[in-house]
Amino acid sequence: MNVAWFWALSAMLTAYAVLDGYDLGVGTLSLWVAHDDDERRLVVNSISPVWNGNEVWLLAAGGMLVVSFPRVYASGFSGFYLALMVLLWLLILRGISIEFRNQVADPLWRSLWDAGFWVGSLLVALLLGVALGNVVQGLPIGPNGYFQGTFALLLNPYSLLTGLLSVAVLAWHGANYLRVKTEGALLARAEKWSRSLWWAAAGMAVIVTVATFAVRPSAGRNFQAHAIAWVLPLLTLGGLVYGFLCRQEDHNNQAFRASTLVIMGLMGSAVLTVFPDLLTSTLNPQYSLNIYNAASSPLALRTSFIANVVGMIGVVVYSTYVHRTFHGKVRLDSGHY
Amino acid sequence: MSEAVFAHRIQFAFTVMFHYLFPILTMGLGFFIALFSTLHIVTKDRRYADAAQFWAKIFAINFALGVVTGIPLEFEFGTNWSRFSSFGGGVFGQMLPLEGVYAFFLESGFLGMFLAGERRVGRTLHWLAGLGVAFGSLLSGYFIVATNAWMQHPVGYELDPSGGVRLTSFWAVLFNPYAGWQYAHVINGSLLAAAFVIGGVGAFYLLSNRHLEFARLSVKTAVVAGVILALTQLFPTGDFNGKNVVQYQPTKLAAMEGLFETEKGAPLAIIGMPDTEKGILIDPLYVPEFLSFLAYGDFHATVEGLSKYSRDLWPPVVLTYYTYHIMVGLGTIFIAQMLIGLFLLWRRKLYSSRWFLWMLMLSVPFPYIANEAGWVVSEVGRQPWLVYGLLLTHAGTSTNVAAGETVFTTLGFAGIYAMLSILFLFLVARIIHHGPEESVPAASIAAGF
Repeated sequence: MNVAWFWALSAMLTAYAVLDGYDLGVGTLSLWVAHDDDERRLVVNSISPVWNGNEVWLLAAGGMLVVSFPRVYASGFSGFYLALMVLLWLLILRGISIEFRNQVADPLWRSLWDAGFWVGSLLVALLLGVALGNVVQGLPIGPNGYFQGTFALLLNPYSLLTGLLSVAVLAWHGANYLRVKTEGALLARAEKWSRSLWWAAAGMAVIVTVATFAVRPSAGRNFQAHAIAWVLPLLTLGGLVYGFLCRQEDHNNQAFRASTLVIMGLMGSAVLTVFPDLLTSTLNPQYSLNIYNAASSPLALRTSFIANVVGMIGVVVYSTYVHRTFHGKVRLDSGHY
Repeated sequence: MSEAVFAHRIQFAFTVMFHYLFPILTMGLGFFIALFSTLHIVTKDRRYADAAQFWAKIFAINFALGVVTGIPLEFEFGTNWSRFSSFGGGVFGQMLPLEGVYAFFLESGFLGMFLAGERRVGRTLHWLAGLGVAFGSLLSGYFIVATNAWMQHPVGYELDPSGGVRLTSFWAVLFNPYAGWQYAHVINGSLLAAAFVIGGVGAFYLLSNRHLEFARLSVKTAVVAGVILALTQLFPTGDFNGKNVVQYQPTKLAAMEGLFETEKGAPLAIIGMPDTEKGILIDPLYVPEFLSFLAYGDFHATVEGLSKYSRDLWPPVVLTYYTYHIMVGLGTIFIAQMLIGLFLLWRRKLYSSRWFLWMLMLSVPFPYIANEAGWVVSEVGRQPWLVYGLLLTHAGTSTNVAAGETVFTTLGFAGIYAMLSILFLFLVARIIHHGPEESVPAASIAAGF
C-alpha cells in the first residue's frame, strides 16, 4: 500500500504537470506569441474552459498527501511555508488574470490582466520547478522531522536550475498546445517558439541530469537496482527525439504528444531518484521521511486508496469527455468559446 | 496564548472567512441556476433561460474567487497546522482529498462547458453541465463539513502509541453523526443567502423600473424559496445541529447561550451582555425554561453551565455568545421578512410594495453575516480544543513557522484580498448594471402583478 500510494501520488502530480503544465506554458509565452488584443484573447480562450479543472489535479494530489503521508505533508508544507505562500499568491494572480481579462472591453484593463497572466504563469512554473529540485536535492530535516525553509535555503543553484528546466519544458509544452489550438499568424509564431524551446528544454534536461548526480550522489541507486526504472529516462529521451522530429508544421498534435512524454519521463525519473524517500534529510539519513515512516496506518492507507482511486476513474472518464468538447481550433466568433 | 499560536489562528481565521464569502453564494446559486435551467427545459418558458444565463455570469466570477481563495486553505492545514496534520492526518484526511476528487473536478470540469453555452455544447449537455456544477458544489460542501465535524466530534479513531490517532473506521468518519445536520444547516444557509441575492437584485430592478419580467421572476423565486429556507434554517437544521452541540460540546453550548451556572429548567437568554468576570448576563431578557426545552425537549431538564468546567476549558465566551445571537437574531428577522413577502405575494402586492422591495434589496449583506457568524460560533466555540476533547489548539500549530513569517504573509493576503474585493464588487456591479439579456420584451409597469 505504501508503494501503491507513492505511485498514485506520482501519477497525480505527473498528470498535473502535463495538464496545468500547458496552461502555465501558454501563459509564459503569451506576451511573446500574441501581439494584439484579438490574439491575446485567443491565447487565453485556448485554456479558459479547462484551466480550472487542470489545476484541481494539484489540489487533489495535495489532499491525497494529507491522508497517505501526513508527516510529509506536515513537514514539507510547514518547511516550505514562505515559498508556498508566494506560490499561492501567484496562483491567485494567474487564476484571476484568466477569469477577469475578458470581462471589460477596456484596453488598459486587458493589458493589466495580460501582464498578470504572464507573470503569474511564468513564476508558478519556475517555483514548482524550484520546489521539486529541493525535494530531489534534500532538505535540512532535523530529528523531529521538520525543517525551516528560508528563501536563502530554497533558492540555491540546483533548485534554480530545476526551476529553469520547468520553465523551459512547460513553455515548450505550451507552445505545442498552441500549435494544436491556433491558426494563421499565431500558429506560425507558436511553431517558431516550439522549435526554439525544444533546444532550451533538451539543454536544461541534460544540465539538470548531470547536476542531480552532483547534489545527490545516490541518485542512480534505483536505476542500478531495477532495470525497468530506465523506462522513465528513456521516455524523456524518446520524447525529446520525437519532439525534434516534429519541428515542422503539420506535426502539431505529435509535437504536443512529444512534450507530454517528456514531462512524464522527467517526473517519473525525478520520483525514482528519491524513492522510497519523500523528503530526504541532508543532515542525517535517519531523519529522512520516507513512504514507510511517514505514512498513516495500513487501514487509513487502504480505505483512502480505494475511495480516491474509484473517484479518479470517474474523473478521468468525464474529464476526457469535457476536454473533447473543446477540441479544435479556438476562434473568436460567437459559435466558439 | 503565544504570539505564534495567535498569528496562526488569525491567518487561518482570516483566510477562511474571506474565502467562505464566495462558497456561500456558489453552493446556493448553483442550485438555483440548475433549477432555472431545468424549469426552462420543462416549461419552455424563455424567462427561465434568461435567468439562468444572467446568474451564470455572476456565478462564474464568484466561483473563480472561491477557487483562488480556497487553495490557501488546503495548504494551511500543512503550513500553519503541521502538528495537527501529523497528529490526525490519517483520520480527518480521509475526507479531505474526496472534496477534490469527487467534487472539485466535477464543478470545475463542467463549469467550462456550462459557460461555453448552449450553442457550443447543445441544450441537453448544457443542462447536464449545469447540474454537474451544482452537484459538485453541494458535494464539496459535505466533505469539508465532514472534515470539520471530525474536529468537533472525533469518531472512527483510536489513540496511537506515537501520540497521534489512527483510523478504525472510514464509514464512521464519513457518516459522523455531527456532520449530517451541520451540513444540512450550512447548505440551507447558503441556499437562503442565494435566495436573498436573487431577490435583492430583482428588487433593485423593480425599484429602478428595469428588466421587469426578470425582476418579477427573481423576487417571486426569492420569496417562495426564502420562506421555506428561512424556516428550515431554524427547524430542523438549526435545531438538530444545536442538539448535536448540546450532546457533544457542552462547553460550546454554555458559551453560546451565556449559561454560566448549571440549571434545571434553564432559561433562554434572548439578549443580555455576558460579564465573564462575574459569571452573569447584564440586562438579560429571558424566556423561562426554554433553553432546557430546546436542548432536551424537556422544560425541566438540567443544562450544564460553564462553571462545571475549569476556566482553561472555557471557549472565548463573549465572542461565541454574540456571534451566536447575531446569527439567530438575523435568522429570525429573515423568517419575518420572507413571511411578509409571501403575504404580499398572496395579496398580489409584492411587486408594487416599494418599502418591501427596498428592505429586500438592502438585506443582501445580512445572510452573509449570518453564515459567517455561525462559523465563528462553530470554531471559536470549540476552543480551546482544535479537536474537541483530543488536541488543544496550541498543540496543533507549526512550530517551525515563526510568528513573524505568519504576520508577514497574513498582511500579504489582506492586501491581495482587499484588491480582490474591490475587483469583485466592480465586476458584479457591471453585470447587474448591464442587466439580463431578455428574450421577451419587458412588460410595462401598468401590467402590475
